[in-house]
Amino acid sequence: MATTEHTDNTHGTTRRDFLFIATGAVGAVGVAGVAWPFIDQMNPDASTQALASIEVDISALATGESMTVMWRGRPIFIRRRTETEVQEAKDTPLSELRDPVARNPNLGGEEPATDVNRAAEGQEDLLVMIGICTHLGCVPLGQQGDYGGWFCPCHGSHYDTAGRIRKGPAPLNLEIPPYTFASESTLVIG
Amino acid sequence: MSGHGSSNFQPNSKVVRWIDSRLPLFSLANEQAIEFPTPKNLNYMWTFGAILMFMLITMMVSGIVLAMHYAANTELAFDRVEHIMRNVNFGWLIRYIHAVGASMFFFAVYMHIARGIYYGSYKAPREVLWMLGVVILILMMATAFMGYVLPWGQMSFWGATVITNLFSAIPLVGPTIVEWLWGGFAVDNPTLNRFFALHYLLPFVILGVVILHIWALHISGNNNPTGVSVKSSKDTVPFHPYITIKDLFAMVLFMLLYAYFVFYIPNYLGHPDNYIQADPLVTPAHIVPEWYLLPFYAMLRAIPSKLGGVVVMFASLLILFVIPWLDTSRVRSAKYRPMFKIAFWVWVVACIALGWLGAQPAEGIYVLLARIGTAYYFLFFLILMPVIGLFETPKPVPNSISEAVLKGKSGLSHEDEAALRGSEKPAGSGDVRPDGAPAAPKKD
Repeated sequence: MATTEHTDNTHGTTRRDFLFIATGAVGAVGVAGVAWPFIDQMNPDASTQALASIEVDISALATGESMTVMWRGRPIFIRRRTETEVQEAKDTPLSELRDPVARNPNLGGEEPATDVNRAAEGQEDLLVMIGICTHLGCVPLGQQGDYGGWFCPCHGSHYDTAGRIRKGPAPLNLEIPPYTFASESTLVIG
Repeated sequence: MSGHGSSNFQPNSKVVRWIDSRLPLFSLANEQAIEFPTPKNLNYMWTFGAILMFMLITMMVSGIVLAMHYAANTELAFDRVEHIMRNVNFGWLIRYIHAVGASMFFFAVYMHIARGIYYGSYKAPREVLWMLGVVILILMMATAFMGYVLPWGQMSFWGATVITNLFSAIPLVGPTIVEWLWGGFAVDNPTLNRFFALHYLLPFVILGVVILHIWALHISGNNNPTGVSVKSSKDTVPFHPYITIKDLFAMVLFMLLYAYFVFYIPNYLGHPDNYIQADPLVTPAHIVPEWYLLPFYAMLRAIPSKLGGVVVMFASLLILFVIPWLDTSRVRSAKYRPMFKIAFWVWVVACIALGWLGAQPAEGIYVLLARIGTAYYFLFFLILMPVIGLFETPKPVPNSISEAVLKGKSGLSHEDEAALRGSEKPAGSGDVRPDGAPAAPKKD
């Protein structure tokens, strides 16, 4: 080969091999650099991200009533639960739960899915959840199903009165959105 | 491919010769579409290839026309479809051709695949041909799914929600992938817009893979109902006019069925809920995909675990890639495989049953039946295909295609007879020409 004439190092690697690999590596980085914008453009854009927070007036919500609001294109269930509902959820031993984690980002980490950890802080009758079945994204129907909570008609997932998955194909409890109280009756979601 | 026609292609026209020596298009057409040797015993199940080509072109032409009148925006899409139906000249016709066409396309492709499995068309040396076909099937499903989202009705929206959510079952990165697919936090305008772009693109990708599929077919040649390889030119007839005319005749019959649906029952295969505009707050009581995806949907719902269901559903398609290596029998055609034949027909019944179950609510006996159907679907490929091949005693296989045709005993069909007559006539005798000359009789 011609390469051997131009180099003293005849034991395998040559200057040409080095240049070949280095050029190839720079080329690969270049391709990845160009590919990324074309992949990332599909992620939620700035205008979608900007809709990330809403205020909800819940002063009119009486015990046993629910309301649904839209947040980030998804329904949010807000429910003032009856005492029976709260009691039922409290009486359920954690060992019976399919998903033992609270799924409440307002608490932080991996809290157990007790009723208190699912409900709003200081108002255990108030339940705020993303109304999207954790199976394949349908909107569950309220106060239905085997556990008197929510029932997803699409593939038959049953949630209890604290929105915890009890039966059916859904793997997780209904998610809770991040929210705070601007005042006692104003909820800020997001 | 060879540059010049190695056959007896001698164009009379000077212009044709001039072009052909620079770009051998005419030689290619002559070799691959006119003289191409085709087994003379092909039955009507072999006409679905041509029908599928016709359907792909029909879908592309009608789809491009629809795109000229459509707007991929959540505010407009639903109304634009009604605009096509009411205002655009012949818009109703073109839309129904496209919507019904999707169903006809899938009907034809399922017949084509079932024929491939029954007659062992996936076996050596046609593995790559078969796998390209599976790629086309998967691309067709993706295209059809995205097309169904475009009218932005309730089934469009919720179908899109359920199917995109399948990807959320992927551990760790699932939710990120789903947001990336949506371009938001739910199915919304960015989703509709990109689905439209991809729905327009994918048919051209399919066309590309179809060209590869036909290329691979023309390397190995057609399989045939006996599964016996072509041994000599006695076994074949030239593609034109024998196969072209047969394909065209089958296409006319197919178009009759197609036209019946378009003109008399255009919405029969659709879901009425898709004439309700998409509402992200209200899930329809029963979300069902179009009929051609129902067996896979039934398998998804049969498994009581989210990830498990998704894995099983995708596996039901991906398993098709490996069946050339799962089948241990060296006999191709089920005609000579008594045990495989039974297993095959039970599999067909299982697929149809799963299709029916996919449209039923996911509860009670339906779930149990769907589980049985799913179990058999996989049992057929994973256990029966390898095991039957080892234990089955096949019936005697004919030595050649022409022997099978001439004997006329072992299940000689009308098509076989027709092919036989076709090859005899030009020879002017009661027998097939014994010489090894091209089966194509020279035209005077």
